[in-house]
Amino acid sequence: MKALTKKNLLILGSILLSFAIVQGLIMAGLLNAFYEITLATICINIILAVSLNLVTGFTGQFSLGHAGFMSIGAYVCAIINMEMRSTSGFLLGIFAGAIAAGLVGILIGIPTLRLKGDYLAIATLGMAEIIRVLFLNMEITNGAAGLSGIPRFTNWPWLCLFTVATVVLINNFLHSSPGRACISIREDEIAAESMGINTTKYKVMAFAIGAFFAGTAGALYSSYFYIIQPGRFDFLKSIDILVIVVLGGLGSMTGSIFAAILLAILTTFLQSFTAVRMIVYAALLVIIMIFRPKGLMGTTEINDLFSRRPFFGKKDERIE
Amino acid sequence: MDQFLQQMVNGISLGSIYALIALGYTMVYGIIKLINFAHGDVYMIGAYVGFAATTYAQLGFFAAMVISMVSCALLGIIIERIAYKPLRTSTRIAVLITAIGVSLLLEYVMMFFVGAEVKSYPQLLSQKVFNFGAVQINMQQIYIIATAVALMVLLQYIVHRTKTGKAMRAVSIDPDAAQLMGIKVDRTISITFAIGSAFAGAAGVLVGIYYNSINPLMGIMPGLKAFVAAVFGGIGSIPGAMIGGLSIGVLETLVSGYGNSMYRDAAVFAFLIIILILKPTGLLGKNTREKV
Repeated sequence: MKALTKKNLLILGSILLSFAIVQGLIMAGLLNAFYEITLATICINIILAVSLNLVTGFTGQFSLGHAGFMSIGAYVCAIINMEMRSTSGFLLGIFAGAIAAGLVGILIGIPTLRLKGDYLAIATLGMAEIIRVLFLNMEITNGAAGLSGIPRFTNWPWLCLFTVATVVLINNFLHSSPGRACISIREDEIAAESMGINTTKYKVMAFAIGAFFAGTAGALYSSYFYIIQPGRFDFLKSIDILVIVVLGGLGSMTGSIFAAILLAILTTFLQSFTAVRMIVYAALLVIIMIFRPKGLMGTTEINDLFSRRPFFGKKDERIE
Repeated sequence: MDQFLQQMVNGISLGSIYALIALGYTMVYGIIKLINFAHGDVYMIGAYVGFAATTYAQLGFFAAMVISMVSCALLGIIIERIAYKPLRTSTRIAVLITAIGVSLLLEYVMMFFVGAEVKSYPQLLSQKVFNFGAVQINMQQIYIIATAVALMVLLQYIVHRTKTGKAMRAVSIDPDAAQLMGIKVDRTISITFAIGSAFAGAAGVLVGIYYNSINPLMGIMPGLKAFVAAVFGGIGSIPGAMIGGLSIGVLETLVSGYGNSMYRDAAVFAFLIIILILKPTGLLGKNTREKV
């Protein structure tokens, strides 16, 4: 298959165009700081949601600890970046943060991924809490006050680059042989195992990749918002990410992207009423689960909607 | 040694509260295989109902606790009917996400109405302290332990000696077969939620008088720890929840007493992960094999 098909060129073109438009708006000063923050939140949330979707939506392993991996990336990047205040330091920080999160993902994944469903959810939640408590007590992370004065290198071009890279890499992974193995685990773990798939290996692989990109998102976050505190990466942050994935549809990349944008816009509108925002979020979660448990997009992607293949003809795909 | 005994006393009183909350988790899990994340928030609402009853209606300890238990039981039934019943046939992940949603909804609706600030509980019990050698036991601790023991005895009686209890056990073993035997499954599930939530309500009032402060997010941590307790004891097992609750309470006070209180929560979760890896069914849980 050629890499430069018409479709890929079209996607590349539209990404470049949207990048150029936003960059133009920023350069022309038409986009004020408030909208820039929203934009950064959207990009970071897309990375987080797509990576969590890989674990929960595609591999079917319910994780409630994504914020823990994000915090590892954030702290590692911040510490390196504060020592080396340069773009190379920033890139090194992101890389180191992502690698660190990925390694912790492997370490956590190997014992916990033997668990299923609810137990896995609670074990990952526990892991994220332990990571948070460690950051709260360590010298180098400055305890509850957190790190401040992190140099800001994250800007729109970097955000765009990393977001696109994450989406493309995870998408390619899902269309590779290991990716299909992951999806088969979601469909039926016992059947997958009897077909000769080493389920533990692929579960840990998906988990580590998810953690890696969560670390990247955390690194970008720390470099954009100057300050990081352990309290920002608590249980509720993991839930925030989960809401995006569930709203978009467990097992839909484009769904996650749309949901991240939609929720960021919603958050912007509800900025002045924080309490109401959380009520809306919570109600949304319950209502979606009752009336549309597959999320907005289910397991379909946006291009399925335009292809001749009838997307609604797909068999009922469920996770358990 | 004295310090150790003192820590044990503190641990057991804290553990009794966890045990009361853990019972709700374990009963609900036993009957519909759901981790009811909203359970910790039912406990928070119980604490607020108790607060309202004592502060605005000037009621005493027992009246406040009964009111709190009744309101929590109703809340539990309403939550089950509205949020979980439509999902009876859905995947477990969908129900789990719903439970998280209900939990957040209760927290933030409560925060919207009562504000995020900490409220201080009125002094309901005397401040009398009993000394046994060097070990001190205060009145609150006696009330907590006594209430917890009384409620657990009551629960054992309901589950093992009444018709309702028999129905609950039958539904937890096999809902379909139970229905065929003429047991009203939906009604039994509602009763289970009611009893579990009432216990959470009682725990809420007890925590209010023990720590003197309540806030809308107070349910998250004790809720999670009580869940850990339920898993440790073997989820679905009622005696397991009691043992688990007491163990977690003691573990937590020992870690704060001898180690660093900052690591208290981490210790509980580390403990959970170790149990899940070594003995996923908990102390008294039954081992089930997955069939195709």
